[in-house]
Amino acid sequence: MSDYNFAYLDEPTKRMIRRAILKGLAIPGYQVPFASREMPMPYGWGTGGVQVTAATLTPDDTLKVIDQGADDTTNAVSIRRFFQRVAGVATTERTAEASVIQTRHRVPETPLTGDQILVYQVPIPEPLRFLEPSEVETRKMHALEDYGLMHVKLYEDIARHGEIATSYAYPARAAGRYVMDPSPIPKFDNPKLESPAIQLFGAGREQRIYALPPWTRVESLDFEDHPFDPSKAEHPCALCGARESYLDEVIVDDAGGRMFVCSDTDYCAGRRAAGHRGTEAAA
Amino acid sequence: MSDGKSLQGFSQGLSKGLGPGGPLLSVEGVTKHYGARLGCADVSFDLWPGEVMGIVGESGSGKSTLLGCLSGQLAPDAGRVLYEMKDGLTDTAALGEGARRRLMRTDWAFVHQNPRDGLRMGVSAGGNVGERLMGTGAQHYGRIRGAALDWLGRVEIAADRIDDRPSAFSGGMQQRLQIARTLVTGPRLVFMDEPTGGLDVSVQARLLDLLRGLVREMGLSVIIVTHDLAVVRLLADRLMVMQGGHVVEQGLTDQVLDDPQHAYTQLLVASVLQA
Repeated sequence: MSDYNFAYLDEPTKRMIRRAILKGLAIPGYQVPFASREMPMPYGWGTGGVQVTAATLTPDDTLKVIDQGADDTTNAVSIRRFFQRVAGVATTERTAEASVIQTRHRVPETPLTGDQILVYQVPIPEPLRFLEPSEVETRKMHALEDYGLMHVKLYEDIARHGEIATSYAYPARAAGRYVMDPSPIPKFDNPKLESPAIQLFGAGREQRIYALPPWTRVESLDFEDHPFDPSKAEHPCALCGARESYLDEVIVDDAGGRMFVCSDTDYCAGRRAAGHRGTEAAA
Repeated sequence: MSDGKSLQGFSQGLSKGLGPGGPLLSVEGVTKHYGARLGCADVSFDLWPGEVMGIVGESGSGKSTLLGCLSGQLAPDAGRVLYEMKDGLTDTAALGEGARRRLMRTDWAFVHQNPRDGLRMGVSAGGNVGERLMGTGAQHYGRIRGAALDWLGRVEIAADRIDDRPSAFSGGMQQRLQIARTLVTGPRLVFMDEPTGGLDVSVQARLLDLLRGLVREMGLSVIIVTHDLAVVRLLADRLMVMQGGHVVEQGLTDQVLDDPQHAYTQLLVASVLQA
C-alpha cells in the first residue's frame, strides 16, 4: 500500500477533483469540466467514478462497489480490490454499512442515509448528445435552458411505441433547472434520485463531474398526458419473493426457461437471511 | 404611401390585433463584408404587416447574405435591423441569444432552400412539426399531435405519414413539411431562401399555390429570396433587385417586372425563357 499515495491519485489532483465536486454540488445537474487523469483501467470501466471515489475517500470510510446492483461482478470486484490495495479502506457488501458506494447502472434498494455518498460511473454525461451532436450547441442549450429537443425525443418514443420507451438513462431535471443524464440507471431508480445522500456523477472519458446535493428536487421529464412511469418487470423475485425491487431476467435453460431475480444482490441476500423465500429458492 | 397600401396595412392591423400600422421590420443601411469582398451594401427598406417582399438577383448578388443579416444568422458590419415587438421597434442585434432564439421559433420562421437544412431527418414528420411547440413549452402529447396532424393536412401531406421520417418523403413533400414545421407556431414574419429551388415545375406550381394560400390566410409578412421571376410575380407585392451587393431597383412587383428601369433588371426580365 505504501507504494501509492492514499487512494492512488496525488493530492493536487484530488484537490482539483474536489473543487469540481463542490462546484457541481453548488449547481445541481450542471456538468463541471475537470482534468480527468489516466487511470489503470480502460475508459468505460468507471474511470470517472473511480476518480470521484478517490477524491472522496478518507481512511475511515467503508467502501461498497456495485455493478448493475451486484457486488460480485468483474467490474465491482476489481474496483473494490483496487481501493483495498491503494487506499487500504474497509470494504463491505452491505449497503447500510457503507459510507461511500460506487455504482454502475443502479441505485441500491436499501434506502440511503444522510451520511452516505453515492458515486455514479457515467459513460455519457450529456443528455442531449444523441439529439444534438455539437458540444458547443449543447452547452448553449443548457445555458439558455433550451430543452425542447428532449421532449422531441420523448414524442418520438410515444409515436413509435405508444409509450415513453426510454427505460434507462431517463432524462431528469435537477432543482428545476439543468436537465441531466442520471447515468444508465433504469428509470425505476429515477425516483430514488431525490435522496438524503450526496450523489456524485463522474465521467472519465468525457471529463465531466456533476452532482445532486441531498434532497434536491429531481423531476423525470414527461408529457402531461403520458406521465413518467418508473416501471419494472411484473414478477416477484424468484429467490427472495420481493415485489418492490428491480429485477433481472435470467435465462436458465435452452428451452426458454427464465427467472426474475433482484438485481441488487445485497438486498436479495439480506431478505433471504431474514427468512423470505421466493419460488426458486433452495430449500 | 399609396391609398392601397395604407388600406392593406389597416386591414392587416385589424385582423392581427396590432396597433395602427407601423412597419413590422425596418432595415437601415445594412452592410456586410466578407474580408475585402462585399456581401451586400447599404440596404434599407421597411416591411409592412402582411406584405410580401421579393429579393431577386443572380447568384452572388448578395441576396442570401442580406437574408442572413435580416434573420439574425449573420452579424451585419453596419446598419440596423429593427423588428416590431411588444415595446415598439427593437434592434434585433441588441437582443440576447435567448431572446433571439425565442423570436426565431415563435414570431419568425425561416424556410431553407434545401429542406434537409430545415428538417430533422432522423425525427418523424409529427416530431418535426411539433418541435417548435415543444421548444416553446408545450408538454401535452395529444395536443402536440393534434397540431401536427392539422398542419400536415394544411400542407397536403396524408395523415398516415405522420410517423414516417422525412427521408422517406419526396423533395416536394419535404419542402411542404418544412413549411408546416415553421408555420405551426403562427409566426408573423417568414424568411424564405429559394423555397422552390430544386423542385420540378409541376411540384413548384403546387408549392407556390400552397404558399400563396397560407400567406393570405395567415396574413404573413414574407421576405422571399429567389432567382425565379415567376415566383415573385406570383407571391410578392414588392420587389427588390440586387446586383453585386447593391440594390439597383425596387418597387411594386408588376411595375418592376413590366417596366424595368435599370439595365440589369431589363437583362433579368429579358432572360426568362418563354415556354
